Amino acid sequence: MKCQPWRSLAFGVLALLAVAARPTNAADTIKIGYIDPLSGTFAQSGDQFLKVFRYVIDGINARGGALGRKFELVAFDDKTQPAEALIALKSITDQNMPFVMQCSGSNVGAALIDGVAKHNARNPDNRIVYLNCGALADELTNEQCDFWQFRFSGNVGMRAQTLVSALPKDLKSVYLLNQDYLFGQSIQKDTKAQLAKQRPDIKIVGEELIPFGKVKDFSSYITKIKASGAQGLITGNWGPDLNLLIKSGVDAGLDIGYYTYLSHLIGGPTAVGENGENRLHSVMEFHENIPVEQNNQAMEDFDKGFREKNAFDFSEINFVTMLEMVAAAVDKAGSTDALKVAQALEGMHMKDLLGNDTYMRKDDHQLIMPYYAGVFVRGVKYDSEHTGLGWKTETKLSAADLAQPTTCKMKRPAS
Amino acid sequence: MTARSEKSGALPRQWLWLLALIVAIALPWVFYDWGHHRQSGFVISMLSQMGMMAIFALSYNMLMGGAGLLSFGHAIFFGLGGYSAIHILNGAKAGTFPIPVELVPLAAGFAGLGFAAVFGYMATRQRATAFAMITLGMGELMTVAAMMFHNFFGGEGGVTTDRMIDFSLFGLSYASGLQVYYLIVAWTVLSIIGMAFLTGTPLGRMANACRDNHERAQFMGYDPKTVRFLQFALSGFFAGIGGGLFALTYEIVTFDAVAAPLSANALLMAYIGGSTVFAGPIVGAVLITLLQSGLSLLSNAWLVYVGVLFIAMVMFAPTGITGIIQAHSPIARTGRMRRLVVPYLRLVVPGLAVIVGVVGMVELLSFLTIGAAQGKTLVLFGRTIDVNTTAPWIVAAVCLFGGGVWLRVEGRAFHRVWETLTAELKVSAP
Amino acid sequence: MEVFLVSALNGLVYGMLLFMLSSGLTLIFSMMGVLNFAHASIYMVGAYLAYETSRFLGFWPALIVAPVICGLIGAAIEIWGLRRVHHNGHIAELLFTFGLAFIIERAVQMTWGMIPVPYRVPELLDFPLFTMYGLQFPAYRGFMLLISAGMLVAIWLLLTRTRIGLIIQASLTHPQMVSALGHDVPRVFTTVFAGGCALAGLAGVIGGNYQTTEPSMAYAMGPIVFVVVVFGGLGSLAGCFIASIIMGMVQTFAVVVDGSLGDLLRPIGIALSSDNFLGELLTIPLARIGPLLPFVMMILMLLFRPRGLLGTRDT
Repeated sequence: MKCQPWRSLAFGVLALLAVAARPTNAADTIKIGYIDPLSGTFAQSGDQFLKVFRYVIDGINARGGALGRKFELVAFDDKTQPAEALIALKSITDQNMPFVMQCSGSNVGAALIDGVAKHNARNPDNRIVYLNCGALADELTNEQCDFWQFRFSGNVGMRAQTLVSALPKDLKSVYLLNQDYLFGQSIQKDTKAQLAKQRPDIKIVGEELIPFGKVKDFSSYITKIKASGAQGLITGNWGPDLNLLIKSGVDAGLDIGYYTYLSHLIGGPTAVGENGENRLHSVMEFHENIPVEQNNQAMEDFDKGFREKNAFDFSEINFVTMLEMVAAAVDKAGSTDALKVAQALEGMHMKDLLGNDTYMRKDDHQLIMPYYAGVFVRGVKYDSEHTGLGWKTETKLSAADLAQPTTCKMKRPAS
Repeated sequence: MTARSEKSGALPRQWLWLLALIVAIALPWVFYDWGHHRQSGFVISMLSQMGMMAIFALSYNMLMGGAGLLSFGHAIFFGLGGYSAIHILNGAKAGTFPIPVELVPLAAGFAGLGFAAVFGYMATRQRATAFAMITLGMGELMTVAAMMFHNFFGGEGGVTTDRMIDFSLFGLSYASGLQVYYLIVAWTVLSIIGMAFLTGTPLGRMANACRDNHERAQFMGYDPKTVRFLQFALSGFFAGIGGGLFALTYEIVTFDAVAAPLSANALLMAYIGGSTVFAGPIVGAVLITLLQSGLSLLSNAWLVYVGVLFIAMVMFAPTGITGIIQAHSPIARTGRMRRLVVPYLRLVVPGLAVIVGVVGMVELLSFLTIGAAQGKTLVLFGRTIDVNTTAPWIVAAVCLFGGGVWLRVEGRAFHRVWETLTAELKVSAP
Repeated sequence: MEVFLVSALNGLVYGMLLFMLSSGLTLIFSMMGVLNFAHASIYMVGAYLAYETSRFLGFWPALIVAPVICGLIGAAIEIWGLRRVHHNGHIAELLFTFGLAFIIERAVQMTWGMIPVPYRVPELLDFPLFTMYGLQFPAYRGFMLLISAGMLVAIWLLLTRTRIGLIIQASLTHPQMVSALGHDVPRVFTTVFAGGCALAGLAGVIGGNYQTTEPSMAYAMGPIVFVVVVFGGLGSLAGCFIASIIMGMVQTFAVVVDGSLGDLLRPIGIALSSDNFLGELLTIPLARIGPLLPFVMMILMLLFRPRGLLGTRDT
């Protein structure tokens, strides 16, 4: 063989790094493999949720974890690509982790549902449960539902119902603008359905699907919205697609209400700033002024602890519910065996941190939980991302209100 | 321009290829998990990925190294082959299109060939930069089209299938990743043989000629456009095979399979491995897959390492890894390798120091701004490191700069020895 | 009518921003044949530098500081990087700028974090300039037009009236001849590269608060800039200008068109459904694929006229 020093060197170093930088294995923790984008363009989602999870898991571990064991989060980077997520899944099942969790991107979510189902069917001795904390497309708990997936975030239908119920009585015409992919199309569909059901008096004067992540200048869309005479804009956009849209609208002096689904997520309040005062609305699981409105000191303290460590808002109360439910399910099942935990998890009832009722519905494995519609105003106790404005609740829909029908025909494994 | 290899497709070093094949077959068993009595799924996934990427990178090099065509949209055919394979598998399962699993990559290859002929008809009318830009535009178009249209592409969610269709030439079920891996190995071997054969055909030779001097090639009577078109179509065929294997392995194809990052990957693999040697892209594929899937598990800053690697290769080793290895072959043949051992050894320590320095600085910086917020603790080389003390910074800086200076000195000495050897070869060679 | 005028104005603003960003790349590409993948990254760096400067010194100094720093970065890249790589061929240069783009994006993420930074329009310019058909036209956009027009004039004057400008012009079309005539072409290259990067930096200062300033800016703007450069043609700044305006208008106007190709066929009696692939293709509204049109135009241009609109050399 030829002398190949560089290659041997490279391999040697890589091997060294491989041995050296492995995370220390605390023997007796319950590991959760967490897959989300941690590098590249969408890294901010993964980064944000990772910080939230660290805070939440520290809290749960402080209270004892489950079965006397602590939870441990092991993060994997999927770079927003389903194939990478599947490779990470292989690594996760390799290490016998009982749970895989994922929070960004319905395309990755769909791939994971499929991958987990196939893996569990082909490897009955090493099954795994998929905790879906953020892939929101309706299909995942309807046509594509699966026994091994549990969705712990409100799907599009639930959010649409909340948003429409909070629309002001004097609003008569709306414009729908969404991103042209599974999630955005889902939003468009459900929003129209809810408008027809709850507010038939509102006229949809225009609807638009924009290419996901590609539009840099929204002025033409603003022109169309203005020309249509709409009084309100309903959009499920997020990230740059949302921030640029609102910026454009505000710059043009468009005097309408912005009824969004996701503007409370990281970066949204910063991008809108004081231009959103009394105009920006969103639908969220939680916002930091709710404990103040409900005089819930414990929750307010929880929040304060979070604000001290992070520069963005805490809104993912469902993550706490998710991990509490998982801990309870493991305790009830007496082990981390996937089938036992799944059977313990479905149908479980739990009160969230604010004391609201929530439950994991058995039919489709969707967490039925309350949602709040909020408006961005001045004069609230906790502001968002240091903008001086914060969220105020307009409407709350309880879990019972949001238990929508499902088309899921779930196949349950026998053993 | 750099000197190009004139080796034909039939390699005299068959024993080297045979050894590689044996290693490929045996590797899963090296990482076998004896404790749990099963294969390491992760290792098999990574090896499967290497196989697919090897085919992809080789097909890319048919364009870059073979015909001098820089394409930014090669993933189009990989992806379209994958989408076609998914639909074919779904058709096979439904009974409308009976085909054994083993032949699905071949069908995907033909799909790739068809699409490449259509796209190539437009793209190969131009050459050089115009060609590159056309392929860039096509790549962007395909990506957005794949996200928008549902019938063929399934929109943003992609299309899925189940590879266990109960129709196999060898009676295999393909439930386990290991069986799929061996299928990939088989197809990789077939593709390598196919592409190696093509390099020796008149088409392959004329592609080289057009790459080197397209005007002169025209004077010989061949139309460079036709040569480019045929080469493009055939490279699309092999890319389609890779896509078919992708579909079989992951059972899902989304728009990422046609997108620009994947095309960029092909370019990087072919270049870093070495575009002048036939086996170069294979080496590149193995290395890049290791970096992407393996290194990202260890460090969040893996993108920086990739960037640094490229830049280092581009500046110091433009012929790629195999190019460097090949540069040693005249020296080895005349038995002078022994004189390089000591100079190489003298490079090892400063080289290691520089690598430790780079890794150290990058990891420290990255941890300071990002990692700390994520609540991790920095563990490097087996030791927990506190970023706020000065010691690790000093160590990293010293390794980097001290090592760098030392490396430069040793590098110059090495270069002198190298020059002497090549001069001797020139004198002694007939 | 109102839609047309408002869109025309907005298209002009966007087109001018594109011009600011692509003019530098045209110069670099035409002179050195370098496909600078890191050009949009310099744009991003310019925006971030402007954000930092406006935090401590204010917005107006940022207009000078950021482009200067970007120019220096460009000079450094050229002297210590590109020049060494130049003799390895165009692919090597391309890969070099590729790797550079990765590193810059990561460096920006490590320094400023992964979420957008609040780089805002300065107070002085944050008012509506005039109202047209009920929609306000922000003064900042007028400012953008002013700066980009001023920049265009400045470049034109530089290239046609100064000595270095004439040398640059000559090197754009006949680099070898210029070298043979005794001019220090490497130094001209460095100047042009640095100048191009400074232009990108200036575009970043202006564009960073028009769009949002975040690490994915470069990845988002990159492809469209290449389209503009190629469409306009090599060796021609005028072509780059026309191409930028055209692309800006196309993208803006396509959005307001609600019809699709299928609508054209309906009067003839052919009704298309979106059930099959071809039907889906033809019934998709033009507004949805608007941002794709530049790529289609670029491909068509390259097929039929590879030297671009006003190019003086073949690409």
